[in-house]
Amino acid sequence: MRVIVDPEACISAGQCVLTEPAVFDQTDDGVVVLLDACPPVELHDAVREAESLCPALAISVTDG
Amino acid sequence: MMYQYAAAPDIAAEIPDFPAARMPGCPFDPPPAVRAPAAGEPMRKVRLWDGSTSWLVSRYADQRALLADRRISHDDTLPGFPFVSAGFRARSVHGMRAFIAMDDPEHARLRRMVTPPFSIRRVEALRPRIQRIVDDVIDELLDGPRPVDLVQTVALPVPSKVICELLGVPYADHDFFQRRARALLSSDAPVDVVLAAQRDLVDYLAGVAGEKLVHPADDVLSWLAQRQVKTGGMSLRDVALQGTLLLIAGHETTANMIALGTLVLLQHPEQLAALRDSEDPAMIAGAVEELLRYLTIVHMGIRRVALADVEIAGDVIRAGDGIIFALNAGNRDERRFADPDRLDINRNARGHVAFGFGGHQCLGQPLARVELQVVYGTLYRRVPTLRVTADPSRLPFKNDSAVYGVYELPVTW
Repeated sequence: MRVIVDPEACISAGQCVLTEPAVFDQTDDGVVVLLDACPPVELHDAVREAESLCPALAISVTDG
Repeated sequence: MMYQYAAAPDIAAEIPDFPAARMPGCPFDPPPAVRAPAAGEPMRKVRLWDGSTSWLVSRYADQRALLADRRISHDDTLPGFPFVSAGFRARSVHGMRAFIAMDDPEHARLRRMVTPPFSIRRVEALRPRIQRIVDDVIDELLDGPRPVDLVQTVALPVPSKVICELLGVPYADHDFFQRRARALLSSDAPVDVVLAAQRDLVDYLAGVAGEKLVHPADDVLSWLAQRQVKTGGMSLRDVALQGTLLLIAGHETTANMIALGTLVLLQHPEQLAALRDSEDPAMIAGAVEELLRYLTIVHMGIRRVALADVEIAGDVIRAGDGIIFALNAGNRDERRFADPDRLDINRNARGHVAFGFGGHQCLGQPLARVELQVVYGTLYRRVPTLRVTADPSRLPFKNDSAVYGVYELPVTW
């Protein structure tokens, strides 16, 4: 799995951090920070949930 | 009136009025007229107070698709934008607009200026302070008379105190701003009352922010005054307009979730007991999400206007058409939430659209979540025999307010 985030699109809803804090964080201003672009398999479900919850469509996930 | 419609149906009668009435005896369920149409059925239109029509988007999937679509505008100065009352339109006409009524890049510029205090880390850092506020409010409740109105003693004070501290607004003025917030959210309030309430709040907050230019403290209005007003990034009036939004959205919404959430939990005693006895923060957080979904207190729809022709589920929304999103119907769409009309605090409700969806989704949601987690996680534990003293069917529900709830919730213990 490969994760890409778009800080420009981020609106700081915080859903990603609440869903998987090992992969997503925020700057002091609340903008998304990607901690792990290739998360281990046990986090994949949570990362996909974060992708679907993001209201700004700022997270994209690809296989491989 | 009703028999006239039945006797002489015409084109106008086929388009239902909006906002629609809820079913008697079902105060937590969306009005039948806004419920999501079945798959393959066309999207509905509704008629507004001024005779204009608007699309009504009720299906969860359609809501997510359109709310994230940049061809759908938030700009309430554009022709065709749907308003639910004369008062709401008047605020826009008179330039009383905060960033929720703007598109990017204007929206993003203003929203980002006020985003930092709502980051997950900063809100988590506030949790002990919020817990203290809740503990103090419940201490006072337990020391006071009973029966008592839970809205005035707990539901309104908790979020009002939190947002006052965050913004730097004196809580002593709560009666002043709570009364005006109530007028601003009412779909029945006369235009002059709405405009006076808005003017009062803007003047008041411009005054508070002006003070912060001279005597800054550690709060949002000081921060905006020092960083934006002094550098010309924002005028004092802009700060006051955004501040009005934060102040109202910061207390009315959470207050109604506290009162209405308590009412519905008291009607589901086994779920209330499970919540009360849980030591698991994730369980309490999950219950908050389910209550947000189930109650969806922003119940008069969030409103947009199309900038271009947009095809959705077989219908074509034309450029200039108004669009109303019935979030309460989306959150009860069985294609997304199984058995949607059942409250189930153990379900995963996190995909709900109670905070909206798209680039305008609620800015204060991290704060609302923590406030509700603390209140729901504390109140029923401290007051285990809490009960409503009034006949639930006779409670004054806020059918005339853009934010649903109860005006009064008499309780004892």
